[in-house]
Amino acid sequence: MNKNDKLNILEILKDLDKYEPRRRGWAWREPVANLEMAGNTYSDASKPLKNSIPLPAAKYFDNIDPQPIQVITSEIASGRFEDDIRRMRMAAWHGADHLMVIRTAGQSHYDGLIEGSPQGIGGVPITRKQVRAQRKALDIIEDEVGRPINFHSYVSGVAGPDIAVMFAEEGVNGAHQDPQYNVLYRNINMVRSFVDAAESKKIMAWADILQIDGAHNANATAMVAWKVMPELMVQHAINSLFSEKIGMKPGNIALSTVPPTAAPAPDLKINLPYAKALRDFFDKYKMRAQMNTKYMESSTREATVTHVLNMMISKLTSADIQSTITPDEGRNVPWHMYNVEACDTAKQALIGMDGLLEMVDLKKDGYLPNKVRELKERAILFFEELLASGGFFQAVEDGFFIDSGIYPERNYDGISRKINGGIGANTVFERDEDYFAPVTAHFGYNNVLQYGLKADESPAKLIGGSTFEDRNKIQYIDELDEEDNVNVRLETTKKYLNSNLIKPEVEWAGDGILVVDVTLPTSIRYAEAAALVIAKKMNLLDAEIIHREVLQNAEATRIQIKGRLDVEIDLNTLVLAKEPDLLSDTEIREYVSNNPMTIIAGTVGEDEHSVGLREIIDIKHGGIEKYGINCIYLGTSVPITKLVDAAIEANADAILMSTIISHDDVHYKNMKKTHDYAMEKGVRDKIIIIAGGTQVTPELAVKNGVDAGFSRGTKGHHVASFLVKKKVEMNEN
Amino acid sequence: MSNRKFREDDFEIRRKHLEQLSDEELKNRFWELADQTVTPLIDLAYKNTTPAIERSVLLRMGFSSLEAKDIVEKVINNGLIGKGAGHVVYRLSQIEKIDIREAGLKLISNHGWNIVKDSFGVKNHE
Repeated sequence: MNKNDKLNILEILKDLDKYEPRRRGWAWREPVANLEMAGNTYSDASKPLKNSIPLPAAKYFDNIDPQPIQVITSEIASGRFEDDIRRMRMAAWHGADHLMVIRTAGQSHYDGLIEGSPQGIGGVPITRKQVRAQRKALDIIEDEVGRPINFHSYVSGVAGPDIAVMFAEEGVNGAHQDPQYNVLYRNINMVRSFVDAAESKKIMAWADILQIDGAHNANATAMVAWKVMPELMVQHAINSLFSEKIGMKPGNIALSTVPPTAAPAPDLKINLPYAKALRDFFDKYKMRAQMNTKYMESSTREATVTHVLNMMISKLTSADIQSTITPDEGRNVPWHMYNVEACDTAKQALIGMDGLLEMVDLKKDGYLPNKVRELKERAILFFEELLASGGFFQAVEDGFFIDSGIYPERNYDGISRKINGGIGANTVFERDEDYFAPVTAHFGYNNVLQYGLKADESPAKLIGGSTFEDRNKIQYIDELDEEDNVNVRLETTKKYLNSNLIKPEVEWAGDGILVVDVTLPTSIRYAEAAALVIAKKMNLLDAEIIHREVLQNAEATRIQIKGRLDVEIDLNTLVLAKEPDLLSDTEIREYVSNNPMTIIAGTVGEDEHSVGLREIIDIKHGGIEKYGINCIYLGTSVPITKLVDAAIEANADAILMSTIISHDDVHYKNMKKTHDYAMEKGVRDKIIIIAGGTQVTPELAVKNGVDAGFSRGTKGHHVASFLVKKKVEMNEN
Repeated sequence: MSNRKFREDDFEIRRKHLEQLSDEELKNRFWELADQTVTPLIDLAYKNTTPAIERSVLLRMGFSSLEAKDIVEKVINNGLIGKGAGHVVYRLSQIEKIDIREAGLKLISNHGWNIVKDSFGVKNHE
């Protein structure tokens, strides 16, 4: 796959009836001890990718993209799996290798498999066709980035075992499975949920699917989130031990753990002891560090900081899988760019904290261990009362779970479910003595002896193998609904697929959605009203305010509006800015060797930035020194007069002025001043003036009197090439 | 839901018997209690089945999700769920000497039920 080509969705949807997954089971990252990259040594990094998009600052570090040791999750489910496929590629290029598909609202209560490709709400209907299409796309994407990608969804609801079979057959690598989730949050009958779960887990164990539990939901649901900590340990234990007893290996059992509180609460003081207590008790299982969503509102900045603090806890304790929550989840079903931002946040934070535990230790006495001990004891007391009340089912009926008291404190406001109530009540049947099921990976009583098999022989032998042995037996259903399917949807969006037409997009091809960020110098209510008028004047349809922030009650309010812009751009009509026409290294060197050149450089104004200019000059960054140009660097905050005077004194050929600070257009004003002062001194026609900086627009720079302006992404080569060309031109005149 | 309003945090009183335990003993105690909680749930799952489990058996035997759903509903209506839905299909294929899919499709079209019920010694309710 060429990185400049788009994925061909139509090609992916072709021949899905014949698709076979190429592997089963979960893949961890490959750790690399003491990984060396661009002169840095990493302690907790994994094998680098073949293709990826590094962090923005990587350009200062030879464009390296070190990958943390943790598997990184991205949750992608916009309702249209065909559009999600493209986003999966974006996330993978930014470092995600665990792609989780959230299910459409209501699938938990659907008694059987959904087939075809209907559109979802707040998620995607998980079907065999959708799973095959996405797994097939991930095969292409994992080859492209050079790392296995784990595909993940949910084995829950009233059709858990059905879905588990389909996932096992289709090479799904990870799944949520926790009967407590059914019981507490989906009101599915508890007896049914546990009996189903045993079968689901047995199937998942056969398929080597990594399991994630559902305990994190307690945190998101509880009225006072951090108070459920003792109970969370109990929930984790029930699902983990239940799974292990069914036959799942501990290495495939992962706890979904969330730091329960967030600032302005003292985040680490509450979250760190809990994380430590959990890892002490559950050391043989894996940790999937989920992020706090309980307090997420519409500020993507606030969510990002919470998540970075969450990752500090991952680094101070442990995490095998680091989840990412898109920072826009508090205001919409996540969009493309926020999945990417979340992946970058995780990568940046985890790599930034590389080797943390080689430098700091968690304290062995005082507040932290005391708190850890207290949480463990509270969890044990919870278990004791649960058993005294008559066991798990009775405890749920008595409302033990999701109580807002920190156990043994109780507010009696927990979620209570009836043992004989809920969806799917009275659908559990006792197996007769001659009960039999002729398949692989079936849990529980199975009378194989009646058909002459030994107890340890596979029951599937009697039918010549089940679908787990012979996948030709799988019955593939393409579509059941003629109206609600991917082909019909693609009819409306196909003109934007691999074509010359584009529209703004946040989740679906051609959705036209964009965000306007506007600060208005008034109070919040006026700002909201004004923002909607502005949106209207900008021709935004369906404009909606998605974020508001008071900068000061009277002075200003920041508003973010989303809206739909019905504008199509034909790429064929666009005139692209000319790519710089560069001289080769040899040509530049040859010219400079015959015509020695000196330049004066400095950052002008009250400006202490030096990195950009050093990059352009220094030989070690591939700067212009390497061509033999004599560079005199004056430093930062250089007055304009000094720059020009120094150039005159050194008989320099050019001035390189760096201007980073740009408020009130001070950068352009400084360019003008330099030009004017050189004129005044009568040297302007002899000295080339070049201005550079992140906010410099080349055309505007020239308008302000300099010979050339250089912006982001400029290399020494660009500047040297311009200098030589300009010199040649000046000599000709 | 209880009509009680609030229970004070009596942690300091309740924990007396845990106070002297080492960290290792505490961990063992936690997992012993987890074991006592989970064991009856495993036992329950071992002895019982559900429509979803039976559908999952039929999927593995080579039926589509629509076929599996239909067969399981009919197995329940015919009072045969305790035998296992896969078992019912298997039994018919054995008696009639036909392959598994053929037996299942026959049951879907409401044929063969009496034969299977007779062979299991289940009374005909119809």
